[in-house]
Amino acid sequence: MTTKLFGEPVRRREDARLIVGKGRYLDDIGAHALAAAFVRSPHAHARITGIDVEGALDVEGLVAIYTYEDLTGPMAEPLPVLIPHPQLHAPRTGYPLANGEVNHVGEPVVMVVATDRYLAEDAAERIVVGYEELPVIVGVDAAREARDAVHAEIPDNVAARHHQETGDVEAALAGSARTLSFTQYIERSACMPLEGKGVHARWDPADSSLRVYSSTQASTSVRAAIAAKLELSLEDVEVIAPDVGGGFGVKIMHPWPEELLVPMAAIRLGHEVKWAEDRREHFIGSAHERQQRQEITVGFDDDGRITALDVHAWHDNGAYTPYGIIIPIVTATQLVGPYAIPVYRVVVESVYTNTVIVTPYRGAGRPQGCYAMERTMDRIADVLGLDRAEVRRRNLIRADQFPYDHHLTFQDGRPVIYDSGDYPGLLSKLTDLVGWDAMEARRAEAASRGKLLGAGMAMYVEGTGPGPYEGGHVQVLGSGKVLVATGLTSQGQGHETSFAQIVASELGVPIEDVEVTTGDTRRFPYAVGTFASRAAVMSGNAIALAARGVREKALRIAAEVLEADPADLEIEDGVVGVRGTPGATIPLRTVAVLSNPLRYAFDEAAKQATQFARAGSDDKPPVAVGDAPGLEHRDYYSPIRSTFASGAHAAVVEIDPATWEIDVVSYAVVHDCGNVVNPMIVEGQVHGGVAQGVAGALYERMAYDADGQLQNASFMDFLMPYASEIPDVVIDHQQTPSPLNPLGIKGAGEAGVIPGTAAIASAIEDATGRRIAAMPISPTELYDVMRSVDHERTAASGRRADVTA
Amino acid sequence: MTSVDTERSITVTVNGVPRKATLPVRRLLSDALRHDLGLTGTHVGCEHGVCGACTVLVDGTPVRSCLVFAVQVDGASVTTVEGLARDDHQGGQVLHPVQEAFRECHALQCGFCTPGFLVTIAAGLEARDRSAEITEEEVDEIVGGNLCRCTGYANIKKAVRHAAAAMRPAEADHTGHFGGGDGAW
Amino acid sequence: MKPAPFRYADPGSLDEALDVLAAEGDGAKVLAGGQSLIPLLSMRLAAPATLVDINRVPGLDGVEATGDGVRVGALVRHAALLHDDAAARVQPLLARATANVAHPAIRNRGTTVGSIAHADPSGEMTSVLALTDGSVTVATPAGRSTVGWRDLFVGPLETSVHGPAVVVDAFFPALAPRSGTAFAEVARRKGDYAVCGAGVVVTLDADRRVEAVRASYISVGLVPEVVDLTEAVHGRPVDAADWAAAGELARTLVDPDGDLHASADYRRLLVGVLTERTLGTAAAEALERTAA
Ligand SMILES: Cc1cc2nc3c(=O)[nH]c(=O)nc-3n(C[C@H](O)[C@H](O)[C@H](O)COP(=O)(O)OP(=O)(O)OC[C@H]3O[C@@H](n4cnc5c(N)ncnc54)[C@H](O)[C@@H]3O)c2cc1C
Ligand code: FES
Ligand code: FES
Repeated sequence: MTTKLFGEPVRRREDARLIVGKGRYLDDIGAHALAAAFVRSPHAHARITGIDVEGALDVEGLVAIYTYEDLTGPMAEPLPVLIPHPQLHAPRTGYPLANGEVNHVGEPVVMVVATDRYLAEDAAERIVVGYEELPVIVGVDAAREARDAVHAEIPDNVAARHHQETGDVEAALAGSARTLSFTQYIERSACMPLEGKGVHARWDPADSSLRVYSSTQASTSVRAAIAAKLELSLEDVEVIAPDVGGGFGVKIMHPWPEELLVPMAAIRLGHEVKWAEDRREHFIGSAHERQQRQEITVGFDDDGRITALDVHAWHDNGAYTPYGIIIPIVTATQLVGPYAIPVYRVVVESVYTNTVIVTPYRGAGRPQGCYAMERTMDRIADVLGLDRAEVRRRNLIRADQFPYDHHLTFQDGRPVIYDSGDYPGLLSKLTDLVGWDAMEARRAEAASRGKLLGAGMAMYVEGTGPGPYEGGHVQVLGSGKVLVATGLTSQGQGHETSFAQIVASELGVPIEDVEVTTGDTRRFPYAVGTFASRAAVMSGNAIALAARGVREKALRIAAEVLEADPADLEIEDGVVGVRGTPGATIPLRTVAVLSNPLRYAFDEAAKQATQFARAGSDDKPPVAVGDAPGLEHRDYYSPIRSTFASGAHAAVVEIDPATWEIDVVSYAVVHDCGNVVNPMIVEGQVHGGVAQGVAGALYERMAYDADGQLQNASFMDFLMPYASEIPDVVIDHQQTPSPLNPLGIKGAGEAGVIPGTAAIASAIEDATGRRIAAMPISPTELYDVMRSVDHERTAASGRRADVTA
Repeated sequence: MTSVDTERSITVTVNGVPRKATLPVRRLLSDALRHDLGLTGTHVGCEHGVCGACTVLVDGTPVRSCLVFAVQVDGASVTTVEGLARDDHQGGQVLHPVQEAFRECHALQCGFCTPGFLVTIAAGLEARDRSAEITEEEVDEIVGGNLCRCTGYANIKKAVRHAAAAMRPAEADHTGHFGGGDGAW
Repeated sequence: MKPAPFRYADPGSLDEALDVLAAEGDGAKVLAGGQSLIPLLSMRLAAPATLVDINRVPGLDGVEATGDGVRVGALVRHAALLHDDAAARVQPLLARATANVAHPAIRNRGTTVGSIAHADPSGEMTSVLALTDGSVTVATPAGRSTVGWRDLFVGPLETSVHGPAVVVDAFFPALAPRSGTAFAEVARRKGDYAVCGAGVVVTLDADRRVEAVRASYISVGLVPEVVDLTEAVHGRPVDAADWAAAGELARTLVDPDGDLHASADYRRLLVGVLTERTLGTAAAEALERTAA
């Protein structure tokens, strides 16, 4: 492999259009489309008693109104349970438009189509829906108490009870020298991409075909869902993800009601229809994540080595479970992190609440798992009076223990077997990077300025690149251009660049000649989607394999022309040559022309491949048996299991003891995602992830009141940080290549966000000496903690007081 | 007598080109640019003034185009991200230094926030004394009012420093692309 | 999030503006910078029948700084006031407070008078008008009148200005001799509306003893109020004044509400802390201005 471009910080190719305003996002498409708007439930739980559209009918520009009554066939059935699981014993999904009952504020009840969005909103505003309100469940604790039920037939509100264990935890705890039990909470947040969702559909009645653009992370699956729900043949539906303005998980969920309703309307009306979600709709009509209550019991010895871990968590899945129990499984299995846990039992109960559905948000259950495990480490250190880094070190899986089998089953149904890593290496790099051992001096310095300083750390292991598969197609054209396609989508991760780097390296062509298309079912119909940090691992490897196939074929054809052994050939800068024999070359583009025997010459290059131009053997067919015309190859990568990336973060906070404002003053990251295709892009992913981690720890939460009204459904009150709130981040790298895939890479997309909440909670606890067991935390809440006389104090704060006294 | 209208015809100079449109008076400038004039480079992320994705320059000053009605800019000149680059008079474009810097510093990921940042930063850098080295306070002030969900801002700040350095008169002279102080950039 | 339909006028003079407002009746609303009104329209939390855009009315965009004070016209943008040195010399609170209003792009369009007319108790400039004992000039078809801040602010987002009326300017009296000011706030994100903010004025006597201390708070209470803290530090030499005691007093005099971002108690805490901190700074300035 020519490794020239692989591993280089190549500047992004997608930027050329994005920096001049030539990106093509969903709402940039279809200038003449009709616009859809929705009447959404204002109640968290209610029966619909009637829908009166009369008032809307005279709105100028109104084209159509749809209610549940207008849905037919599969559209009138509940939305799919995308990921069924045997432990999801009581799955529930909504309908594209509410069927008699609403279960969260924001649930779509009526769709209005008008000539523009202003008019569609005018009409929607005039539609009167009658509701009979029902009791409302908000939050895991209320769901657990189950005084009322979200779904009448599920009186305990439990959708699933996910359970895994690796031994007899009761016995192990009983035999442990020490045990600790505690409860902690983590709140709801959301992906909040800057571009909302959106769908544009165009029906061609002449050939009965449907083209749909969706701001999605899973165009192939959206296509399948639309075909199934609208009873169309798959080949009559094409779905394209245009430029997508961020996803972070919310756009992997599908089919959204709007993804079905907009195409339905386009077909019925015979006109393009578009829906571009506005910000308020995104808050109440998309998805959130993260709320859990965690009850943890840990057994350990006097040295701080864990002997047993027992976790019982309650996970708020919102009103419905279309995405199954992926998040509970991820929490359950990723919780163990980089540590050797001799006996582990975990139960995650996924419970219904009358709130927006919960589907993966970058990290997808890992931040919660990391929070559980890392705060456990902090507690053990606190009880034993040990350094928090030291307790972690004692529990880490050693570098010589790989592959390491946790005896758990991951979200892809495969065993959790760590492929490679060096966790002690991460930890020592981290303590160096953040200056862990010099923290007391920093604390004293801050104290002299009247500030409370504290440091915290958190480590994680992240299963990335789960299957089942992704594919890649690479084709060299007679012009020398190399077309690359994969079905997986892009939301800003720079796939056009990384994948081009891989192909340029594998094939030996200039990157300028490579053109990458992602997420377009016309170009590549088989794919799974962009989630779980899988793009580089899955599509990257599939594309590498496809490129290798092309290379092999190119060498075979070139070898004939050059009368050489393919093993002696190399490709450099788009030219095939015989190694060590200058002059014996043939451009790859000529090989591409020759690969496709022609009858008709449509241009100069093609002439070379026509039947009278080519010398060939009369005994062989122009296309050999088993061969195909064209210099192209399609290949798939399907891993036996996920590959496990890892990292360690440390945060240093300064707290103003008068106002209780919390300032993250240092943030250090050590990161291992195996071989790196483009370090610039990976660093960008880390920066973005850390920002979301800090946001989730200190700023963002979905604040529901007891009636299920989202109190902060705007950017005014949902505090997505500006630059002013995000600390500078220092990064160090470690590379333990994955033995599982040809490129040795591991995923990098989600890592940055995972340890933020745990590390910052730890730092605040360190600074204040008060137990921090509910995150995120704001200054007003920290004030409540500090002034409460009976709020738990850490043992470390007692020891520190003794020292200073 | 003042006319009270539900629809108006307006003329706006957008990126140097006079454009006419007849619009309902309630049309937001952001929608008018995107949907009536086809300039979709200006993005809409919140429509309540917080995110800054929709920022454009009205008579050279950054404003939220989601918080201005199109009829209010009748007669004014508007610059959008599409108007930041300069014609090179050879059929191509010379990017604004801040556009170059964004690419060089990997200051964008999904690119949705990018147009708002670019016009805000371009205006901010043009308004300051270019001969002075940019301070961190200036950088913070220039980028402080726009949201980005992808980048964590580090590279956006880096790009501002980069662009400011490129726009310093001495630097600008020897790149040959743009003369300092002629008001071009 | 698109505004409901409305009718629109952009009169070219104040008289015309008043005429249109009168003709259009109760459903008419003034549109100034639009930075508060347009979000409300887009969320359909407000749906006036007619918007009377005053942006083309001549003569409303001046900042007039005299020995008496600063008169800020209805079309003066926050950004212009922030950068007006003459105004800052006469009444330093103006620039200090304005710097905390939103982010630059909002300040480029939003008007200071608009934010007073909007009467948001979380807005900086309503408090500053109160603290400086300012007033506004209201033009109606019947003529002009001056309305003092106490009579202006009736409730949250509610003023005494009704019917066909345009607030044509706001007047902020000059900082008194031997006085200093300071302004500080705590916001969740920089540029956000404050969780709590404090503006203070400290006045010394000729012997550099504390003569008067007044404060006004942001996001505390339903309407801006001025709290007199003099008793806590009255007559104390400025360098020996117990500003913490003034902060303590302030805490007992305010009655904040809790919301998503802060409990009432936390706001009360901040009132104390910000009072103490700003008083120290303001006193230093008062001292300078007394010495000079
Ligand atoms: C993201 C964001 C953040 C913000 N942060 C802050 C902040 O931190 N602090 C702060 O104080 N403000 C903040 N604002 C609001 C901003 O300061 C507004 O500019 C200001 O509150 C209103 O001024 P305006 O000129 O925009 O008024 P408009 O929005 O045009 O009008 C507001 C109201 O006042 C009335 N009105 C306006 N002018 C007059 C007049 N001359 N006569 C009679 N009535 C009039 C209008 O009819 C309307 O009811 C923020 C706004 C946004 C969008
Ligand atoms: S869209 Fe205008 S500020 Fe967000
Ligand atoms: S690059 Fe995606 S929001 Fe900024």
